[in-house]
Amino acid sequence: MAICKGIEFQLHTSRGAFSLDVKLHIPSQGITALFGHSGSGKTTLLRAIAGLEKCAGYMHFGKEIWQEQGRVFLAPEQRPIAYVFQEASLFPHLNVRENLEFGLKRTPAHKQRVDLAETITWLGLDHLLRRSPDGLSGGERQRVAIARALLSSPELLLMDEPLSALDGKARAEIFPYLERLHTELSIPVIYVTHAMEEVARLADHMVQLEAGRVVAEGAAVDLLSRLHQRPVAGEEPGAVIEARLAAHDEAHHLSELSLAAGLTLLAPKLDAEPGTLVRIRIPAREVSISLQLPEGTSILNILPARIIDFAEGDPGRVLVQLELEGGVIRLLSRISRYSWDRLGLHKGKQVQAQIKSMGLAR
Amino acid sequence: MLIDWQPVWLTLKLATLTTVLLLLIGTPIAWWLSQTGSRFRHAISAVVALPIVLPPTVLGFYLLVFLGPHGPGGAFTTWLGLGTLPFTFAGLVVASVFYSLPFVVQPIQNAFEAIGKRPLEVAATLGAGPWDRFFSVAVPLARPGFLSAMVLGFAHTVGEFGVVLMIGGNIPGETKVLSVAIYDHVETLEYAQAHILSAGMVGFAFVVLLGLYLVNGRFTSASARHEGRA
Repeated sequence: MAICKGIEFQLHTSRGAFSLDVKLHIPSQGITALFGHSGSGKTTLLRAIAGLEKCAGYMHFGKEIWQEQGRVFLAPEQRPIAYVFQEASLFPHLNVRENLEFGLKRTPAHKQRVDLAETITWLGLDHLLRRSPDGLSGGERQRVAIARALLSSPELLLMDEPLSALDGKARAEIFPYLERLHTELSIPVIYVTHAMEEVARLADHMVQLEAGRVVAEGAAVDLLSRLHQRPVAGEEPGAVIEARLAAHDEAHHLSELSLAAGLTLLAPKLDAEPGTLVRIRIPAREVSISLQLPEGTSILNILPARIIDFAEGDPGRVLVQLELEGGVIRLLSRISRYSWDRLGLHKGKQVQAQIKSMGLAR
Repeated sequence: MLIDWQPVWLTLKLATLTTVLLLLIGTPIAWWLSQTGSRFRHAISAVVALPIVLPPTVLGFYLLVFLGPHGPGGAFTTWLGLGTLPFTFAGLVVASVFYSLPFVVQPIQNAFEAIGKRPLEVAATLGAGPWDRFFSVAVPLARPGFLSAMVLGFAHTVGEFGVVLMIGGNIPGETKVLSVAIYDHVETLEYAQAHILSAGMVGFAFVVLLGLYLVNGRFTSASARHEGRA
């Protein structure tokens, strides 16, 4: 059963030099990433949605009024939310089971939609139930925190960088659970992060914040493949495309992916079952351009494409936006200014896009 | 030789009653001080801490004046039909509550402050209202502070002398507590009795403090292990 409640708000607050000024509608389904640098106001915004922070403005959740300037302000415990904090923040005086039951016990029976036993199994917590939070690893703690949040049967799940306090191994352990939030949950999730990788893997929608203002919002796949992506420190430009894993070629250790408009890609064998929907991230530096279909090349993926836009960013380089046949899928390619001039490239030109490598985003 | 147990029991009765009252009075004060952003909080903190700095005789003197037949407190208790409190056990309890207040409020306040906002925020997002958060999260997490507060409040009340002398006097079975009894023995050159009671007090104080440090040490090292893993 889907509970279709979008959240709509306009919020304003200022603290010293920082001010937050946003007006947003967040969809009633899927994972919405609030993305931005530290200090962009994304955590403040998430806390305001939870009711942990008081901002001026209004906030409506479906038909419920959570906040109305000067008249209504629901406390966090009155909002049907759950919040997963950056550090797991388990109650140290309760064991794992008691932590899990904390929110469950405070949810009226007729509103309980999440089963304790199922959640424990799903997040693999059976063997931890009697343990104290002190004795758990970082990944285990965050799993308990996620389960504890889900067990309060929220209608909106808020997550504040749930992976950022974890090491690589623990992140890899948590990721699959976050991905399965899509299929397991029918409620909207708002996910704060500063990591492009997490947006690419998890997000359906994306809101990018800078200095307390919304600078981009929309479907994550669209935004990530845009030419004029807002620069994010340490993140390479690149496109994210959705594909269905058609088959594995065991002999060559390859996977065949079918894309929209009947296109096919060959990728190094992916760790997923045939038939599953995957997200592929193709960094712009891995895509080169040639005028004719090259012969005798080692590159597996060569697709006809049309140049639809370009931008000059770094000196000596051009970032090119390509549209594949069928007009649905867009790639980004970064080539040298020299090649751009030598090949006589321009908007509307038909070319061949050569994809050197790609990686699984989801 | 006969030990006079009466002052011992009276002292234990006084200290127990005072500790219970102080937990009831001190906990809300400590909670308010730990949570409030009010500009009056420093003033209130200073008032609570006054008995640490003031000579007990000053506190006793003002309580005597306040609770005496011509003071507002005395007028009030008379109006209630309780008579005046100085030189009664009830008066001693009131005085002890004032005298030991900081020793109960401060450890509890420190423990509440050490919890930080996060566990309370987590509890709120999981549906716990203010009272629920206080009893199911704040109080259990502040347990070491409550232990310290109880031990210090009790021990400090056992050890008071100046205030007792000012407001309680020396009435056997009513206001003659241990410290006064020892003073009495010395005045009348009964050194043997004074020795017995004094040595008992030294032993008592040592055991209480040792117990406190052991218990708090266990908590601290447990939380240090916790931090280390985080």
